[in-house]
Amino acid sequence: MINIQDLSFGYRSQNDIFRDLSLEFKAGCIHGLLGKNGTGKTTLLKLISGALFPCGGSMHTLGFVPEMRHPLMLQELYFLPEELFLPALSIEGYVKVYAPFYPRFDREQFDSILHEFELRSPKLMLQTLSHGQKKKVQIAFSIASNTNLLIMDEPTNGLDIPAKSQFRRIVSAHYNPNRCTIISTHQVRDLHSLIDHIAILDEHDIIINHSAEEIGRRLLFKWYDTGDVPKDALYTEDSLRGIAAVFANPQGIDSKLDIEILFNALFANKEKIKDIFKA
Amino acid sequence: MEFKETQAIYLQIGDYICENILTGVWKSGNRILSIRELGIHLEVNPNTIMRTYEFLQNQGIIYNKRGIGYYVSEDALEKIRTYRKAIFMKHELPQFLKNLQLLGMGIEDIIPHYRQYIDNHPHINHHET
Repeated sequence: MINIQDLSFGYRSQNDIFRDLSLEFKAGCIHGLLGKNGTGKTTLLKLISGALFPCGGSMHTLGFVPEMRHPLMLQELYFLPEELFLPALSIEGYVKVYAPFYPRFDREQFDSILHEFELRSPKLMLQTLSHGQKKKVQIAFSIASNTNLLIMDEPTNGLDIPAKSQFRRIVSAHYNPNRCTIISTHQVRDLHSLIDHIAILDEHDIIINHSAEEIGRRLLFKWYDTGDVPKDALYTEDSLRGIAAVFANPQGIDSKLDIEILFNALFANKEKIKDIFKA
Repeated sequence: MEFKETQAIYLQIGDYICENILTGVWKSGNRILSIRELGIHLEVNPNTIMRTYEFLQNQGIIYNKRGIGYYVSEDALEKIRTYRKAIFMKHELPQFLKNLQLLGMGIEDIIPHYRQYIDNHPHINHHET
């Protein structure tokens, strides 16, 4: 669905954000794109959608070179940005103007998602809505577009407490095996039960891009009450919940992957963990 | 559903389903929630639910009628007990024994509590559900 080989990119020539980055995103998966601030998550998403052009390497999105911005690619791609731009229209008017770009846009689905989000009046003007409500309209629109590629940049930012749960329910309910969903986020606790593939960006490159299942097979996450953590731990983290430890997992024991701990472990012990995934 | 830190999510969902079968909410021979329905209910990626269902199917606890859905096996209770017993012996009992040792207690300190518990809960027998 998305195939990137040896991508390089920089906003300024001496300051490159990506160097020889390669990755693949697949249909039927919900990919979580994680990374520290300023490592290029949004930049990567813009490159994938053809909003930015790469400096080198090859990219394919839905079988197209994204910078060609082919209409057949664009009608199968929805990018939900973190910073919303919404025109001076009602919800109804917005659908009228924008839905025709997406051949499989489903009005009923859109209404049912808005309903789930407790936004019941399509006559409402977008400008009068709060930030969170605007976000809800956009989320509903993005899912109801039924594109084969759905990119969401920090979708849960600004959502209120019940809406985070509603968001998970909505994404799960409208799961589509033909669709590739990419969610970039820092809110892993909001989304860990939805994401089934995890890609982590570091300076210039992707350090991990695997299914949650595969990560669970390669790494073992364990919790200890006391300090007797075995010495071969790749990483430990102390908190009120106990001591979290990450180990290599040669026997493939099942454990619960904790994305936050994975993230911290990766930056604390990068080379070793990268090696475990190479093997 | 609030997930614990100690066990893979797909197995925790498995436990949730077993719990529903053991307590008779989902009965032998009945259809259970579809992958999609349970995904929505638990706010979980359907791929995870699929993994749970495959796992329970391999344990013989549920079975799939092609194109119709998943059903609770006739001998699900027995199968769950076998599965749960294995987990208990492998994970929970060692932890329990370790605690006994740490606290300087012997198994004989526990026996009266066990007897009392059985007296107070005379008929927990899942075969009748």
